[in-house]
Amino acid sequence: MPPAALRVSDLKKSYKDVQAVNGLDLEVFPGECFGLLGPNGAGKTTTIEICEGLTEPDSGVVEVLGLSWKTNAPELRQRLGIQLQETQLSDKLTVRETVELFRSFFREGPTAEDAIALVQLQEKRDARVGNLSGGQKQRLALSCALVGNPDLLFLDEPTTGLDPQARRQLWDLIIQFKKDGRTIVLTTHYMDEAQQLCERVAIVDHGKAIARGTPRELIASIGVQHVVEFSVGDQAVDLSHLERAPGVRSVTTVDRTVQLQVTELHSAVPAVLAELNRQGLPLTQLSTHSATLEDVFVSLTGRHLRDA
Amino acid sequence: MRNGALFQLILLRFREFIREPEAVFWNLAFPVLLAGGLGVAFRDQPADVFHVAAVTQQLTQSLKQDKELAVDELSPEAAITALRTGKVVLIAEPSTNGAVTFRYDDTNPVARNARLIVDRALQVAAGRTDPVTVSNTILREPGSRYIDFLVPGMVGLGLLNSGMWGLVFSIVDTRRRKLLKRLVATPMPRHYYLLSFLWWRLILLPLEVGIPIGFGVLLFGVPLRGSIIELLLLCLLGAFTFGSMGLLIASRAQTIEGASGIMNIVQLPMWIVSGVFFSADRFPAFVQPIVKALPLTAINDALRANMLQGASLSQLVPQLTALSVCLLVCFTLALKLFRWR
Repeated sequence: MPPAALRVSDLKKSYKDVQAVNGLDLEVFPGECFGLLGPNGAGKTTTIEICEGLTEPDSGVVEVLGLSWKTNAPELRQRLGIQLQETQLSDKLTVRETVELFRSFFREGPTAEDAIALVQLQEKRDARVGNLSGGQKQRLALSCALVGNPDLLFLDEPTTGLDPQARRQLWDLIIQFKKDGRTIVLTTHYMDEAQQLCERVAIVDHGKAIARGTPRELIASIGVQHVVEFSVGDQAVDLSHLERAPGVRSVTTVDRTVQLQVTELHSAVPAVLAELNRQGLPLTQLSTHSATLEDVFVSLTGRHLRDA
Repeated sequence: MRNGALFQLILLRFREFIREPEAVFWNLAFPVLLAGGLGVAFRDQPADVFHVAAVTQQLTQSLKQDKELAVDELSPEAAITALRTGKVVLIAEPSTNGAVTFRYDDTNPVARNARLIVDRALQVAAGRTDPVTVSNTILREPGSRYIDFLVPGMVGLGLLNSGMWGLVFSIVDTRRRKLLKRLVATPMPRHYYLLSFLWWRLILLPLEVGIPIGFGVLLFGVPLRGSIIELLLLCLLGAFTFGSMGLLIASRAQTIEGASGIMNIVQLPMWIVSGVFFSADRFPAFVQPIVKALPLTAINDALRANMLQGASLSQLVPQLTALSVCLLVCFTLALKLFRWR
């Protein structure tokens, strides 16, 4: 096994009365795209900012590219590419001027022109930053993260707030960076983003990594292939029969929606319909999907990612 | 050089400045317009006449004999209105037994002078002869007019304004945008960021100081009696002092609103008491030590002493001390307190 690009163990950080990170462990290997997946407020940004040397941890070990922030900060600054959540670059500069500014801080890397080409912003080269769309601004931020030809790229919520088309475009760029062999650590609260981009994922909740593995492993670990969701309006359902129905692994209720983790769709769905018919309840909504990282999160915490 | 981080940061200062037309106006054009307007309004009018009112024809005739008076004959009510609205500064009214009463505001120096002239005119018209004959030799000295007082004050005020505006808004806005944090996440040496402001102030200084001084010298003949090199050194010291005050105000503020509040608290007292538009000596003696210790008073006094009296730096030790102490204290505190995120 190659030496880790990033190793974090027993990391802790608290702000006033909030324990933002509470004993978190991570290991990221060279060449992989690693995702920190969790709801807002789970401690993802605090964790990534500690790894970026922007926040001082209370305790724990952080090793980036085999170096430590205490002794190798200038070296690390040269070798990391960083994109922060919510940075607004200067509106009055053009795209090229912005990239040239960031390029001037690094001792080596692509030319400003090439860094702009990496994120496909050539036609906006001379546009003011203030006139770019949200997706273009985010691509410019990526370009600024790439100008030092980094060995490790940190992306904090790279697609939050973007429309679906701009998200897709950014995903394609990140997939391209992966093909170029870059090591990437990204945070997201979109399970589809983690599933699309990341070789391995850590699910973070309340400042801890509660599960780790490839998206496939994590989904397999909950032992279900499918999820059936239904609701019956305001009425109460007796779930005791459903829990024993063939192919049903577990039943949970989240916000009046009953969720069944099932192994066999073809036997579970008829069982649901028969049971509702027996109880004389009207079906107001029914849907099924293959299990996702979202379902892993639900089965681990009993909450949805989006409203956790 | 072109790819150097410091050069790029100074270029950033330049671009942010030049692409904000308001900043260019407030920094460079506004002081000139203000000095021009005030210079015209308060210009020394040659052989100025006093506007006074008389309420009888006889008094009017007597006063019109004096060339220094412009006399209106008005009804008593119209005369009172004219006095209240500043159209005349004094009313001459007949009293009993041929005596005359003057109505005027004794806190207005112009009215007090008018009273002396009107009195003289009446006495002469009534047949008084003066025992001593006098003649006048007029000497009009550049350097003692209001515009001469004003131009150094505008230079000092300009240094204060650009130190504050130039640094505070730029730094606080960069912090608010989380761009400061993003810059710190690169290998950019932090002191380069602060140095870029210092260099930018240096680059802008010749324009900032040269425009109002050149304007005063060329259009109004304001004198430059002291050493030009020393004048530049004074401006440099002033620029760095106000720059370090700006840096201190910007060191922790998270929002433009918060920073503006602090800026106003710092600037407003100096605008009033530091002798920009009128002499700081007008304030009572017991507040003078405080007034003199303010950096804007110090720079204004020093600039006036250099330009109008030709004083050398060695004669300006109190002012130089006040500025240097302020510079050192603000700069040290700012570096200690500066929040890089």
